[in-house]
Amino acid sequence: MSYRKLMALSLILLFMLLSGCNMTPNQKTDTEKTAQVIRYNLGAEPESLDPARMTGMVEGTVANALFEGLVRYDATNQPQPGMAAEWDISDDGLVYTFRLRDAKWSNGDPVTAEDFRFSWLRVLNPDMASDYAYQLYYIKGAVEYNSGRGKAEDVAVRAKDSHTLEVTLKAPARQFLGLTAFQTLMPLNRKVVEAYPDWYESPQNYVGNGPFLLEKWEHKQKITLVKNPAYWDAANVKLDKLEMYLLEDDNTAYAMYKTGRLDFVERTPVQEIPLKKNDPDFHIFPDLATEFYWFNTQREPLDNPKVRKALAMSVDRGAIVENVTQAGEKPAYAWVPFGFTDEPSTVDFREAGGNSYFTEDVEAARRLLEEAGYPGGKGFPRLTLQFNSNERHRKTAEAIQEMWRQNLGIEIVLAPKEWQVYLEDQATMNFDISRSGWGPDYLDPMTFMDVFVSDGSNNNAGWSNPRYDRLIAEANGTGDSSRRMKAMHEAEAILMEDMPLMPIYFYVNDNLFRENIKGIIVPPFGTYADFRNAYVE
Amino acid sequence: MGGYILRRLVNSLLALFTIATLVFFLMHAVPGGPFASEKKLPPEVIRNLNARYHLDQPLRKQYVDYMGNLLCGDLGPSFKYPDRTVNELISEGFPVSAALGMAAVFVAVTAGCFLGVFAALNHNRWQDFLTVGLAALNYSIPVFVMAPILVYVFSIKLGWVPPAMWGTARHMVLPTLALAAGPTAFIAALMRSSMLEVLRQDYIRTALAKGLSYRAVVFRHGIKNALIPVIAYLGPMTAAVLTGSFVIEKIFAIPGLGEYFVTSVINRDYTVIMGVTLFYSTILLAINFMIDIVFVLIDPRISLTRSGR
Repeated sequence: MSYRKLMALSLILLFMLLSGCNMTPNQKTDTEKTAQVIRYNLGAEPESLDPARMTGMVEGTVANALFEGLVRYDATNQPQPGMAAEWDISDDGLVYTFRLRDAKWSNGDPVTAEDFRFSWLRVLNPDMASDYAYQLYYIKGAVEYNSGRGKAEDVAVRAKDSHTLEVTLKAPARQFLGLTAFQTLMPLNRKVVEAYPDWYESPQNYVGNGPFLLEKWEHKQKITLVKNPAYWDAANVKLDKLEMYLLEDDNTAYAMYKTGRLDFVERTPVQEIPLKKNDPDFHIFPDLATEFYWFNTQREPLDNPKVRKALAMSVDRGAIVENVTQAGEKPAYAWVPFGFTDEPSTVDFREAGGNSYFTEDVEAARRLLEEAGYPGGKGFPRLTLQFNSNERHRKTAEAIQEMWRQNLGIEIVLAPKEWQVYLEDQATMNFDISRSGWGPDYLDPMTFMDVFVSDGSNNNAGWSNPRYDRLIAEANGTGDSSRRMKAMHEAEAILMEDMPLMPIYFYVNDNLFRENIKGIIVPPFGTYADFRNAYVE
Repeated sequence: MGGYILRRLVNSLLALFTIATLVFFLMHAVPGGPFASEKKLPPEVIRNLNARYHLDQPLRKQYVDYMGNLLCGDLGPSFKYPDRTVNELISEGFPVSAALGMAAVFVAVTAGCFLGVFAALNHNRWQDFLTVGLAALNYSIPVFVMAPILVYVFSIKLGWVPPAMWGTARHMVLPTLALAAGPTAFIAALMRSSMLEVLRQDYIRTALAKGLSYRAVVFRHGIKNALIPVIAYLGPMTAAVLTGSFVIEKIFAIPGLGEYFVTSVINRDYTVIMGVTLFYSTILLAINFMIDIVFVLIDPRISLTRSGR
């Protein structure tokens, strides 16, 4: 191998000589050490910079720098006053009244309650065809307007005066307050949007109310942001400039980081993690996402909970996170990941419920399989495990295939599939076992729990349990937060007892950033990083 | 000649029409769609999206509408990047890919021809074996292995050039080399065997017998004739290289066109699939046409009017 490299290199050198390349050494790029500039790799080109059309975390991260919603999350994942200085939630949990602070848009206009109403209705406008319009479906009249059955005037968002916004929900939804920090619910300057319909395409007419301003957007290369002097809390924004690089390849970003051209990269390449693990610039943050396998509970023999449990109990998750994924993921013995807050206490929802709904016990698993009629795996049909073709998923699937073979004596077939084929087969339940990952829409365990209600649109296991449904309905219908959490804990116990899914691990964010960068908030969902209070030491 | 050009033009347009029709129906036939995601969107939202992009209309009508717009040069909006049109994506990406591609073609042709002639003139000596061996090796190292090695050596270890991104001449060095590596090796091998064959021809012996110097024979008669297979290869190679390489653009973070050939299919970004496929086909047809004209100019044995096409 090494001599092949040597040969390749000598030929390359020859080519360089022949083509007369400019080979003067590159000057070191970071000359100003103390400059308040952070060069961050966002990881992809944003699909759009119009908050109404944004969907992913890439866009969310930019939106969070350019705009500010009614609330903003702090370092402990609690919503703090943003554009709203204070708010009031009615006792039945239906009416939210937000009192806006005196804040200005970057062009000097005041931020008004009408700007919020206008922007939310814009998202719900059926002609806008916003993917995330459903984030506003909690509001009374929203689904009707978005589906063309109702009118804009009937959506229960009212600007009572320039500084008071009143929102009425169709049912209590604890998560609504936190959602107002989300990109889809960011305000837009009505005057600007009406005067320049294409305002979001270039920095020229881009007006925001967040800590930073859009200065330049070089497609697929870099977005340059500068400090917004008109931001209400500009005194606490220390960065002068924030450069968001749009490099998709992890190895490329890592090479840029290593050569001093980036200060902060999102994903460390897997092969580098063992080497970087103990360095001071390597940081692990929890990520609110679970890796798991769906069981098709409407097919034999997976319709038998004993079979599902036997499969789940005979997988060595520790070995998978240590040897396959290697990024410091946590083995999962529950459905809801770490990072949600329990109420009314402030402990973690997962810690309160425990990460131990089942154990890895090969003996017990064999017994369960025997009880199900497959002693020693005899007569067990050849099931297929489908996953989207991807190195990480393939390796995990191969490991699990081997564990099941050794521990239970069963053979399964691996079926890597092209992304869209995989999605379609999963959605139509055309599978035995299917790999999947689930992340939150908002910062509340409900975003995980309501997946498994009977006939839920994302319930790809085809599982149904009336007690589970009752508990979820109870949690959704009550304004009492402790009753709500208790119902969800109970529901999760049922889920893990019946096991329509097999949890594998909880994801983490492994970030690299320089030691002199401080004040970065890495929220567990919605945005990769919040730079509002970041600075260079 | 004029009649030939006209005929070629009509044939090319027919080919483009066939490609457009085939790709259109094939891409709609594969499973999935532009709005599929792991988290299913509510039916109301899907309905709005389908209405916005006219995907709720019968396929035949969509086809007719698309072809109508295509005639006016309108390739439609991208589904993945809703604020941008396919025309914008191509007009921004192509100049970048083309600049890089041109540099790579230049390197590949210059270095490849030089090495090929060099090897042929030293036939069966160590210089020959070395060149052939290196060419074979170079051709067989995939670009996704070659590119990281280049980055590691010249960027991380030596620090001579940036590891990625686009903008200055220095940014072009590594991607150009990575992109040119395979074609260089291929051209070198092609040039070598073609040169060996030409040197054995009677007219070369005649020229030498008439007393022309070896150097003059090689340069004036040998290389010119040996170039013909290389030029034939140049057509598809140039079209492929000019429209960008997915792997190179990804590894070096180059804002070119190559990425869309892969991502548009993964995303089922229908308009982008159509746009880049038709654009690539047009370039390929145009370059092949130009190559045919070049053949006539350098090879007196080839005549367009007598070829009976």
